[in-house]
Amino acid sequence: MAAATVADPRQRDPAWLGRAFWIGAGVALLVPLLGVTEFRPWILFEARGLQVTGRFLASMLPPAMSAEFLALVAREAWRTIAIATAGLSLGLALAVPLTLVSTRALSISALSGDMARGPFVLRLAVRGTMILLRSVPELVWALLFVRVVGLGPTAGVLAIALTYAGMLGKVYGEILESGDAHAARTLLGNGSTRLQAFCYGLLPQNAAELTSYTVFRWECAIRSSVVLGFVGAGGLGQQLDNSMKMFNGGEVTTILLVFVALVAIADRASAWLRRIID
Amino acid sequence: MPTSFEPAIQRPRPLLERGGRAFGLLLGVAVLVVASFGSLDLQWGQFFSLPAVRAMARFLAEFIPPDTRPEFLLAVLRASWETLAMSALGTILAILGGAALALPASRSADAAAAPSYVLARLMLNVLRAVPELVWAALLLIAAGLGPFAGTLALAVHTTGVLGRLIAEAYENVPAGPAAALRAQGIGRAAVYLYATLPQVLPQLLSYSLYRWENNIRAAAVLGVVGAGGLGQMLAFHLGLFQLDKAATVLCAMLALVALVDTLSHALRHRLTR
Repeated sequence: MAAATVADPRQRDPAWLGRAFWIGAGVALLVPLLGVTEFRPWILFEARGLQVTGRFLASMLPPAMSAEFLALVAREAWRTIAIATAGLSLGLALAVPLTLVSTRALSISALSGDMARGPFVLRLAVRGTMILLRSVPELVWALLFVRVVGLGPTAGVLAIALTYAGMLGKVYGEILESGDAHAARTLLGNGSTRLQAFCYGLLPQNAAELTSYTVFRWECAIRSSVVLGFVGAGGLGQQLDNSMKMFNGGEVTTILLVFVALVAIADRASAWLRRIID
Repeated sequence: MPTSFEPAIQRPRPLLERGGRAFGLLLGVAVLVVASFGSLDLQWGQFFSLPAVRAMARFLAEFIPPDTRPEFLLAVLRASWETLAMSALGTILAILGGAALALPASRSADAAAAPSYVLARLMLNVLRAVPELVWAALLLIAAGLGPFAGTLALAVHTTGVLGRLIAEAYENVPAGPAAALRAQGIGRAAVYLYATLPQVLPQLLSYSLYRWENNIRAAAVLGVVGAGGLGQMLAFHLGLFQLDKAATVLCAMLALVALVDTLSHALRHRLTR
């Protein structure tokens, strides 16, 4: 053992073999990754590249502050919020029926033992649909819709609506199923309809959590809607993409600052809303 | 169930009663939603008219069947591997960067070093606030088209996210072991390696795995701005309206995300056991 050669016993590491193994395994895994990702950090410091980067970085200061440009950015910022809000509203409108159909908490046949086969298959199918909706990234939805409805906010709204319908539907279902099922079960068992059981049994105790999650998703939708602009779905992202393609560093700085401020405001607003809801 | 104890059912508070605040909020939300729909020039007509529906159906029909020629599948496989590598390497770099930046950003490390604390926190916030895709678009200028820019973008954004989490983990570490070593006159690096790091390691690994799940999703779409991987392929084939090929790429994306999710779940399960 190599460790035995260390003269001073206080210097000996009893776990050296394990450490050496894990470090070796890590390096063995890392090397192919570096190759595949064309990881060549030195190209960042090549003279020609440095010149371009340096010029771009230098042009980022001062930020573009002309009144005309600021007005444009303000308009695009509002469009970003509007795309997120409209997308989330449509997503909500889709998610609520999906949840009502798919949640186990509103199953009448499940009251007495196992769910009947028909409803079980239906719920499985709706769940599958929701998984598909949320597994395709919103950027990909936007890319598809841009091909169908053309450039503009419609594609962004639809992309957010579909992805968020899948996410909201899943989480709403989980919230409803994790709550106390007693009231809803009693209502269903005494012959009330599913919608009645939902409105009087499930909704009152879960309303705060449902609303709070929706507000949180609205905040996420604002982040998404900026990114969606990069594929032509309108808003701040599209403007950022334009400015970047024209190597206009000052405009990029302004838009980035507005974007960070927007996200921070949405973050605060959402935290405040969730605090007063809970 | 006669034996189990049922807690008294709590009566929920009525929603619209609390000093009119809930009412005001609902009104605010309604105004926001109406204003949003009103101010966007949404082209529903183009979307719901009969010719549009037909065009849409034709568009969707072209996705089926996906292109499964072996040479194309091979290309998709290569792009998937590239995406996987981007997400993994990006996460690994972010762990290193995050763990390093978290040192000055954690309050307990050095209470006297206030400026470095503020600076590190500010940096982490900026890194985190800008999304991966925007970082990728910015880094394309310095790193050129390809997976390298994407990897860096993931690393930079994730450094911000992990750095903050790791800083919190450092702050919550019991101070005993580190103090014991320091009292023996052990150097700071050794104290970190033998006292602080082992204590935060489980938490650090579980955060990192969670971020890896996030990053595989991000890596899959980063290519849309030209940063390599499956996204680049998808944007390319969609641009040429080769929808059968796009369908294959989409399936590969979904499979890759599912694979990473499963892997990460299994690893996290092992860690927490």
